[in-house]
Amino acid sequence: MDVLLAPFQYEFFRNGTIAAVLVGGLCAMIGVYIVLRGMSFIGHGLSHAVFGGAVVAFILQFNFYVGAVSWGFIAALLINQTVRKTTISADAAIGVVTTASFALGVALISRYRRFSQSFDAALFGNVLGVTPTDIAVIVFVTLAATFMVFFFYKQLLFTTFNTEVAQVYGIPTVWIETWFALILAAVIIAAVQIMGVTMIGAALVVPPITMRLLTDSFHRLMIYSTILGAVTGLIGMYLSFYVDVSSGASIVLLQSILFCIALFYVAKIRNRRQLVETPVYGPT
Amino acid sequence: MNPLIELKGVAFGYGSFNVLEEIDLHLHPGQFVGLVGPSGAGKTSLLKLILTLLTPGEGEIQRVRPDLRITYVPQIETVDWSFPVTAEEVVLMGLDHRQNIWPWPRTRERKRAREILDRLEIGHLAERHIRDLSGGQQQRVFLARALVADPEVLVLDEPTTGVDVRSAENIFHWLTMLNKEGMTILLTTHDLNMAAAHVPWVVCLNHCIVAQGPPQEIFTEEILGDAYQGDFIVIRQNDLIFVQQRPHPHGLNEVLPDPVEGGLPNHDSVEKIV
Repeated sequence: MDVLLAPFQYEFFRNGTIAAVLVGGLCAMIGVYIVLRGMSFIGHGLSHAVFGGAVVAFILQFNFYVGAVSWGFIAALLINQTVRKTTISADAAIGVVTTASFALGVALISRYRRFSQSFDAALFGNVLGVTPTDIAVIVFVTLAATFMVFFFYKQLLFTTFNTEVAQVYGIPTVWIETWFALILAAVIIAAVQIMGVTMIGAALVVPPITMRLLTDSFHRLMIYSTILGAVTGLIGMYLSFYVDVSSGASIVLLQSILFCIALFYVAKIRNRRQLVETPVYGPT
Repeated sequence: MNPLIELKGVAFGYGSFNVLEEIDLHLHPGQFVGLVGPSGAGKTSLLKLILTLLTPGEGEIQRVRPDLRITYVPQIETVDWSFPVTAEEVVLMGLDHRQNIWPWPRTRERKRAREILDRLEIGHLAERHIRDLSGGQQQRVFLARALVADPEVLVLDEPTTGVDVRSAENIFHWLTMLNKEGMTILLTTHDLNMAAAHVPWVVCLNHCIVAQGPPQEIFTEEILGDAYQGDFIVIRQNDLIFVQQRPHPHGLNEVLPDPVEGGLPNHDSVEKIV
């Protein structure tokens, strides 16, 4: 019991755990839509775009969130509009918009070398740096995203399943997609501090694809994926504390191990079912 | 009687390629219309123009009322079969989302979905994943989603693609029943024999309207030859019409190897098997 409670005497662990549980669940919930739309790369890409905005904000001496939010929103809308209005595929649009933005951040860092150290936390996640302001931002984004998913659940489901047909049935798909892009950008910005730019993509994708192996129902996938994200956020924090590795890496590694276990379990079940169902022919 | 949907001089194209030209079409209440024509003739584009998913380059499309309830059954190839949804979840998508803001369906909504699934004889498959259904059952799930919205106009894009003859006959039978109950139906199909047997008004399309009218008048060798640029045989027997593209002039026996013996077939081997 001491092993479980001891870390909570430190304020940084309490703050970090709250942030990790919320961010883990949030990323896993939003990630369901991303995976089902075949846009798994967008989390990885947008987090890099946000990094560019953060660097610009630092140079212009703005607040981090001002730079990251505006940069992330613009990148998300650019990707959304490029996919809607041209024949360019989602992965190509994500690649162009977000890599260019990341390249700008890298260029600025190399130009102003004196502060490159400050961006380690943004790149790899740093639980020690979670402030009450960060937690307030994460709580606000969690509430906004949950509100959207809860009250626009059916519209989001239909739009994700088949955007064109959803439009015929009176769903305002343009509005839904635009808001979803903005919420996604907000989730990534909120998650940067705890997960790090390089790990957010996995936190968005791994829990949904793990639970997708285990359920064929959309509403169950949403619930299970969110729970998995939140629980791995909590356990990942303990691992981070006791093994002394970065929080983002420990959460993503744990999620990846669970994905491998689910993959192995499903393959085993399938093999067993095939053995039962395949008739055996031979001499009688 | 005012048409529910009216197209006047509609033209549409992708870039410099004209898909549709000079389309004048009326869809009246209670009509059952089948759009036929070769692949690439513009049938799906015409449906999408009517559904306002595409905007015409020229001409205008008018609806009798802006709130005319139209539902759509898309081509089965456009569906992501790996998407995690059950048959019932797909049907519930068709309900008016403004009537219920909560994420879960009300009891009466589920009951309505079940009634429609039962009517289409797939109520027992409601909890199944859509991937685990046969082609005919999948088509019925998407037809059920369209019906649960209680449409005035039902639009279907190739509803019998990929289903066996009996399932196709059942789908056309249900559509005929719905039409007799007053529903206006517009569909595209490549199944000319089904259209001849079930659809009372046929529009033959190949970038423009080649001809339109009852199947007895439209399914002639001349009109089909014009529309498809091919050589057709049309056989009329009692009230039935059978349409067949004339085969190319080579015999099957000259081309196919004998699947039983493995060698080239001859008439003796055929007789021996028979």
